[in-house]
Amino acid sequence: MKLHFELTELQTGYVAAIDDERFEDWPNFFTPDGNYEIIPRENFAQGLPAGLMHCFGQTMMRDRVVSMREANVFHAHTYRHFVSGLEILSQSADEVVTRSNYLVMRTVNELNADVFQVGRYDDIVVRTDAGWRYRSKRAIYENARVDTLLVIPV
Amino acid sequence: MQVGDGADVDKGSGDPPGGKVRFPGSDGSSVPFEVYSSKEIYDLEQERIFRGPTWNYLALEAELPEPGDFKSTYVGDTPVVVTRTPEGDFAAWVNRCAHRGAIVCREKRGNAKSHACIYHQWSYNARGDLEGVPFRRGVQGVAGMPGSFDLKQNGLRKLRVASYKGLLFASFSDDTAPLADYLGERMLPGIDRIFHKPIEFLGATRQYIHGNWKLYMENVRDGYHASLLHTFHATFNLVRSNQKARVIGDTSDLHTCGDLFITPDPSGASDYKDIATFKDKLSLEYPEIVENRQEFEELVANHLQCIFPQLVIMQIQNVLAVRQVLPKAPDEFELIFHFFGYADDSPEMRRHRVTQMNLVGAAGLISMEDGTAIELVQDGIKSGPAGHSIALMGLDAAEEDQERVPMAENHIRRFWRGYQRLMGF
Repeated sequence: MKLHFELTELQTGYVAAIDDERFEDWPNFFTPDGNYEIIPRENFAQGLPAGLMHCFGQTMMRDRVVSMREANVFHAHTYRHFVSGLEILSQSADEVVTRSNYLVMRTVNELNADVFQVGRYDDIVVRTDAGWRYRSKRAIYENARVDTLLVIPV
Repeated sequence: MQVGDGADVDKGSGDPPGGKVRFPGSDGSSVPFEVYSSKEIYDLEQERIFRGPTWNYLALEAELPEPGDFKSTYVGDTPVVVTRTPEGDFAAWVNRCAHRGAIVCREKRGNAKSHACIYHQWSYNARGDLEGVPFRRGVQGVAGMPGSFDLKQNGLRKLRVASYKGLLFASFSDDTAPLADYLGERMLPGIDRIFHKPIEFLGATRQYIHGNWKLYMENVRDGYHASLLHTFHATFNLVRSNQKARVIGDTSDLHTCGDLFITPDPSGASDYKDIATFKDKLSLEYPEIVENRQEFEELVANHLQCIFPQLVIMQIQNVLAVRQVLPKAPDEFELIFHFFGYADDSPEMRRHRVTQMNLVGAAGLISMEDGTAIELVQDGIKSGPAGHSIALMGLDAAEEDQERVPMAENHIRRFWRGYQRLMGF
């Protein structure tokens, strides 16, 4: 029960950082060598690796954030995450494998909101000196057509 | 003006094609906005381009490795299924039951010996031949199909299928030149280079853009916008505007092949310093994301090859893909990236390719802005007074300079000349 609470806290902090646009905090939810990927379920089901975002380590995540802040051009938009059904699939003393559902609404220019992405997180969470961190987080989305573009990690 | 295959164009009943649309000239330098928004012109394009004398990309052979493998896709907005037959060759047919017109194949991809329409269970083989009609003799010999009903005459509408170096294409037209001739000798070397050995399919990603499909076909022929809209390279000081380039067209004013070569700059200086987006202090923590591991004789950083009407063959550093454009409405299209590597890639090389997928596609560090730019044009032209866009860069330049400097808009002009010819505009 305590473990479930701690993992929920990690997840809540993670989505709050993104939804509050504190993107510089986003890599800190991972271990330094942590992986983050966004992969369409149609590829995942076929065992194919191609996806939208593949960050192998915090360095690539930080590059993503700098690029988003400094280089990439897009309409102002925000996410609101709805996460549910956190399930612990396996656990040892320092590593937990979890799965949960996510729904991301995207609001563009504070005018219109649409369902942007729906899928599940497949996570490996490890205990570090600083607390629980993601060693791997894979967002496997079901609505394969990405509307216009994806800038912000989900 | 390019005078072309006038015989390929159905001029209809003598009415002006496309209603009132008028291109201000014949050199492709000016495009009336209504061709991006008119439903009438969209429908005419389906007939004269996608179901006309063109070859449309369907799939990579590597997506269909086994007999019976199939994939649902589109030619223009017509649903089409491509299959590998039990004999090992490829077939394509319109995904519309010969009986009542229902979609027959409802899966995106899979493997099947036959394809049955769920409505009345009419069943077709991989070639699209009708093989079974339930209750064909009726019940107790009564109320069946007429005795004259011939299965052979009631198969699915088949398309011509041809393959070049593992790229599968289809055509509705019996008159289209053989595929290699359609691609043309100026386009084949680029394809031969990318497909010089067996490939491995790595998956597809999809992007849905609320704009006209031709805005994308302009975009991929437009070297002018590259460094101005996409500022990733400039921001991180990764490329110089004096890089050697070669942008060539074919003789039919349809296709374009652009290559950007890696040219080390011994001075270490950057020509980007005069561009406002340059940020002196930024650098990548993970520069391998743009590292080119040389795998071709020529050191090409960026290869974009546009095959009319709806295919783009792409190599950016070590990420390889073919992009397929599927128009859905005058103001909507789907863009599918089919990623691949080579069958003999090491796991490490495959990982490198996956790493570089970050550069392209809907979330591409160097490309994500294209969808937004196209939608800004669509939003800008959908209402308001009549008008036209212009593409004049390099208009006065010599042909050899246009091929050397990608900023010239000559390949946009060429696209429109080919388009005007096929459409009869």
